[in-house]
Formats: sequence, C-alpha cells, structure tokens
Amino acid sequence: MAADIKELVHPLVVRVTHWINVVAVLLMIASGWRIYNADPIFDFSFPDELTLGGWLAGALQWHFAAMWLLALNGLVYVCYGIIAGHFRRKLLPISPRAVLRDVRDALRGRLAHDDLSVYNAAQRAAYLALIVALIVMVLSGLAIWKPVQLHWLAMLMGDYEGARVVHFFAMAAVVLIVIVHVIMVILVPRTFPSMFTGRIRRAS
Amino acid sequence: MSNRMGGSFLAHRTPQVANLERRLFLKRGLSVGALALLAGCELTDAESVQKVLWAMSRWNDRVQDWLFDPRRLAPEFPESRITRPFPFNGYYSESEVQVIDGTDYKLELGGMIRDAKPWRLPELYALPQVSQVTRHICVEGWSAIGKWSGVRFSDFLQRVGADTTAKYVGFQCADDYSTSIDMATALHPQTLLALRFADEILPPKYGFPMKLRMPTKLGFKNPKHIAAIFVTNEYPGGYWEDKGYNWFSGS
Repeated sequence: MAADIKELVHPLVVRVTHWINVVAVLLMIASGWRIYNADPIFDFSFPDELTLGGWLAGALQWHFAAMWLLALNGLVYVCYGIIAGHFRRKLLPISPRAVLRDVRDALRGRLAHDDLSVYNAAQRAAYLALIVALIVMVLSGLAIWKPVQLHWLAMLMGDYEGARVVHFFAMAAVVLIVIVHVIMVILVPRTFPSMFTGRIRRAS
Repeated sequence: MSNRMGGSFLAHRTPQVANLERRLFLKRGLSVGALALLAGCELTDAESVQKVLWAMSRWNDRVQDWLFDPRRLAPEFPESRITRPFPFNGYYSESEVQVIDGTDYKLELGGMIRDAKPWRLPELYALPQVSQVTRHICVEGWSAIGKWSGVRFSDFLQRVGADTTAKYVGFQCADDYSTSIDMATALHPQTLLALRFADEILPPKYGFPMKLRMPTKLGFKNPKHIAAIFVTNEYPGGYWEDKGYNWFSGS
C-alpha cells in the first residue's frame, strides 16, 4: 500500500483567524443577546443563561471589548483572502444554479464532500454569506454605536432604529449559518482535525 | 432544515456511522468539560477579566474622544416626529421623581470657574434661549425624539468664565445622581442647559428645573435636576459610570 500524502487544505492564516473568530463571534453574540434583552425590539427575549455579562453594563463592556477582536481579526482574514487569492481560489466561481443543486443534494443527504480541498457550491455560498453577514454586522454595529459621528452610515440603514433591526437580522443570519456549519462538521467529522492541522490525508 | 438532514442521516445509519456517533458524543463530552474548566478559570480570574474589560472601556473613551467631531451636528427633526408620550427614565421609578421647589432653587458653580456665584431660575430664563428637536438614545437601546429649549451650554460656560481648557465638566444633581463629560462635548453647539421640554417649563419627570441636553451622548449622560456644575481636570466619574457603563458614551 502506498504511503499517505498529507495535503495542505487550510493555510495557517485561515486556521488562526477562524479560531479567533469563533471566540470573538461567541463573545459578541452572547453579550449582544444580553444587550438586546435590555430593550427587545421583537416580542421575545433570549434566555439569560445563554448570555454574557450578567447585566447590561457588563454585557456592553464585553461587547465593546470583543468588537476589537472581531473587527481586527476579520480585517486580517479579509485582507489575506483578497491579497493571497484565497477567496478567488476557494470561494469562486459560484453560480446560483450550482448552489441550488448542492443545497438540494445536501438536504437529501446525497451531497458528496470527498475532496476536502475543494468547497462545493453550497459551502461557497454559506462561507460567502457568513463573510457578508459579519461585514453587515460590523457596519450596522458602528451605525448604532455612532449614529451622529457616522450619520451617513446610519442613514444607509434607515437611521439609528433601522440600524438596530439590520444588526439583529445580521446576527440571526450569522447564528443560522454557524448552526448549519457545525451540523455539517458533525456529519462529516473528518473535516474537523484539518481545521487545526491544516492538512488532510490523501491516499495516493 | 437540520431536522430533514438529521432524518436523512438516520436513514443511512450503518455500524460505522453509529461508531462515529459514539466517538462524536465522547468528543462533545470533552468539549463540555473544557467549557466547564474555562468557566472555572473565569471564576478564579474574575478580577483580572474585570480589569481587562475596564481597561478596554478606558481605551474606548479615548477612541470616542478621537472620533468626536466638535463641528458635526446631530440630526434635527420636524416637530411632527416628536415621540408622544416621551418616555420617563431614571435610576428610580417615575413615582419617586423629586419635586423641587423652584423659588428656593439655586444652581451652584464650582471648580475652575472665575465667576462662581450661584444662579437663580429667573436669571437663567432671562438668558438667550435656543431650541432643538433631536433623538435621545438610551443605553438600553430604545430611542425617542423630543424638543428641548434652553441656554446654549458653551455660552453659559463663557459667561461664567469657566476655564474651557480644563478636561471635564461635572454635574451633581438634586436626586443624588451625578455624571461628567469631556470639555469638547460641553462646548458642542447642540449641548443645552435645557429649561423647557416641548415648549413647557421642564416638568419634574424630565428633570425640573434643568437638565443638560446633549444629542451627541447617550441618555444617561444627560443629567436631570442639576444642582451644581463644576469644571475640573480630575476625572469625576458618575453614578452609572462608576458601576461599569462606558464614561464617554458618545453617539
């Protein structure tokens, strides 16, 4: 039997920023839910046990500390993705028809993910959507934080109150994509170690 | 969607998959254990975590001070946009609002102010008045549009000979509330020593006899029932700020 070849599928920058992003997004969402609970915009609150900060001021402290982690880490990732050609190589091209086909196959449990070095169309769509949702999240967050100094940004989202709604739905999108992502990793567990080692074993 | 996926997954359950599931269960059990450990760390390191969070809040004060443009005006609205009724908010309930006697009232001045004589209400009403219809944004998230009128605070500070090179302006209130702001915001053209709300003398629930109205800061930075104003270079803190709310809290 031929020896296994270990192939690099996730560059170091992607792995490091991925795990920092996990921490940052968890901190932002858990503290954000507590902040939401102080004045819910819809007819429900998040369970306090799932939130971070203990009370509004504590949650705000976490939120406005972790935002630096989220934004700076995200900046490194996006710059790397563009400059190193990572986005172009891994996330493009993407066609709506292929996305629909792969999502349909995935729902039927028939989507193959044999070659871990290539993302299928459903993955490309999900990862791109997550990047966009996080960018919208940061921008709407800035609009809520600075509705006077960044008034032009707030006006793009329907002023302060509009930005709150945009911020909420961007959060909901992020949570949804993360849940699907984690389910997929559970269904195809051999993808998990490669997010640490960066490599997959490929029989030659 | 995840349910359908799960159903499909179960339909294809083979011994290998069952084995995988067991391993996953173990792995997840380990992560729960790791989380519990983290929580334990957080309990023992709670103090250092608090220190980091407070330091980040001070850093955010500096960033906001840098972001603050003293010439940028908060948006103003037509009177038709005014929120009615305008919400009450405070660290106590509306039934506990202080009713202050205007005839005895004196506004005390202190700190780096040349002419620190106290001011009576009729003297303040006699000063030139300006109005604004602006959005009040609460730290809780809600916002409401209201109309405030009063003396432009920068005019007042100039009139009493305040040292505007000082760092802070502090407020001590009749309801035992206190807060403080940066000098740049104190001198902002929309910062008002508000004496009226919706063209009426400020009612007790909105801060009679006066509140500091700043559309460039969150609601809790806008003190009501002001009893004393002082100018200082020493950080004065404030009621909510000392409990953990961000000091600058600019909009």
